[in-house]
Amino acid sequence: MNDAAIGWAGLGLSLILVGVAVGLSLWQGLRLEKDMLWATGRALVQLLAVGYVLLFIVDPDTSILWAWAWVVLMVLVASFTARRRAPEVPGIMGLTLGATSASAALSLFVVFGLGIYPVVGRTVVPIAGMMIGNSIGSIVVASRRILGELADRRPEVEARLALGQPWQQASKPFVRSALRTALTSQIENTKAVGLVFLPGAMTGLILAGADPVDAVLVQAAIMYLILGCVATNVVLIGLGLTRRLFTPDHRLVRLARTGS
Amino acid sequence: MAAAPEPGPPLFELAGVSLRLGDHTVLDHIDLTVAGRGITVVVGPSGAGKSMLLRLLNRLEVPSEGEIRFRGRPLDTLDPLALRRQVGMVFQRPAPFPGTVRDNLAVADPDPKGGDDDYLAALRSADLGPDFLDRSADELSGGESQRMCLARTLVTNPSALLMDEPTAALDRDARLRLERTARILADAGRPLVWVTHDLDQAERLADETVVLVAGRVAEGGTRERFLAGEVRE
Repeated sequence: MNDAAIGWAGLGLSLILVGVAVGLSLWQGLRLEKDMLWATGRALVQLLAVGYVLLFIVDPDTSILWAWAWVVLMVLVASFTARRRAPEVPGIMGLTLGATSASAALSLFVVFGLGIYPVVGRTVVPIAGMMIGNSIGSIVVASRRILGELADRRPEVEARLALGQPWQQASKPFVRSALRTALTSQIENTKAVGLVFLPGAMTGLILAGADPVDAVLVQAAIMYLILGCVATNVVLIGLGLTRRLFTPDHRLVRLARTGS
Repeated sequence: MAAAPEPGPPLFELAGVSLRLGDHTVLDHIDLTVAGRGITVVVGPSGAGKSMLLRLLNRLEVPSEGEIRFRGRPLDTLDPLALRRQVGMVFQRPAPFPGTVRDNLAVADPDPKGGDDDYLAALRSADLGPDFLDRSADELSGGESQRMCLARTLVTNPSALLMDEPTAALDRDARLRLERTARILADAGRPLVWVTHDLDQAERLADETVVLVAGRVAEGGTRERFLAGEVRE
């Protein structure tokens, strides 16, 4: 066993911290104990399942096609997740499918096409997972904001349309504001990295015994990839969703917005 | 309703026009001719479908059935953007854009042929002085803001105007002032369709009156009863 492996005993000991959280919940009457225990158990089962599948995928004898199949599955799951989190957004699933596919293709081309990493299961799955996983939140924020902005600012949008502006122009100030909001948190995360928190990949590599500077280089590359992927996703969702919210003859469709 | 002979085709002709939103019929088989000059007032109680009728004319809505013609040409054969610049629309609540009055007018035309003179002419037509050009649009009173929206519409040099209860949020003085402006614009050759639920205002403004009740053009007794103030909300 290497220094990074904690074993089942280490995992069991780390449950002490879950016990602390449960104890605090009981003490404060938060009634979150069941949720915490369920989440803890579920996370363990999910991660173990993924771990065993990864064992198969990273095996040098396994075809790389399995890794790509997993990437496709991740894109599909991301689309379902976006629909579950923003059901009020029309066509969110198809839009997310298109946007994440396009941005994943672009990002993976940069990573693997330019030779930053070799194309093997050990690199394809985790890198694609980080890029796609980080994009979901931004996609949901961007799409909900666009819908909200256009619903709330309908009088202004229609005043612009009534002046003869095409929908692309009439919606621009509102879509731009929504996209800025969706991207800002990722930009802030990128700025704060290293100062406020040590991100996961870097922490994992250091715990696994890698040279900290090597770990930093890997992490920086991943942060840039995530930023590029998130930005691509958000802009694609912005273009696709806005197009859906207007008719070809430049009318804003009726928007059923929840919570407004 | 159209009485006097018109020079050229009417401004709008509606034949069997209905508008349904989901299960709700907003307008039901409207047959209507809007005169090519003067002020046509569409009057009716709240919820009668007056605003939707106006939105149809600007193609912010499309009819579920029937046909609308603009100066003799079917509306659905016209470029909607060009139509909207020909048929300017002023909404019930002013919707100023961020920035100055000049910024607002620039949304309608960022590069007018006559430069600032075109903006000043639009302001003058909307009864606003030249000093308004560089004022912040957020700081205008309700009446001034509505006039600025009218000026913004006039920058596109529309040949007709649609005004959707433009005085609903204004005090009496501002209301009368905007009515005077509308009359001047109409007399200068821009036919105008004005929507209101206010019978007194309809009486002051109308060259022609269309009464709309429950999504239908009211004729005969219903029309007379509404105009006599016997039918309310």
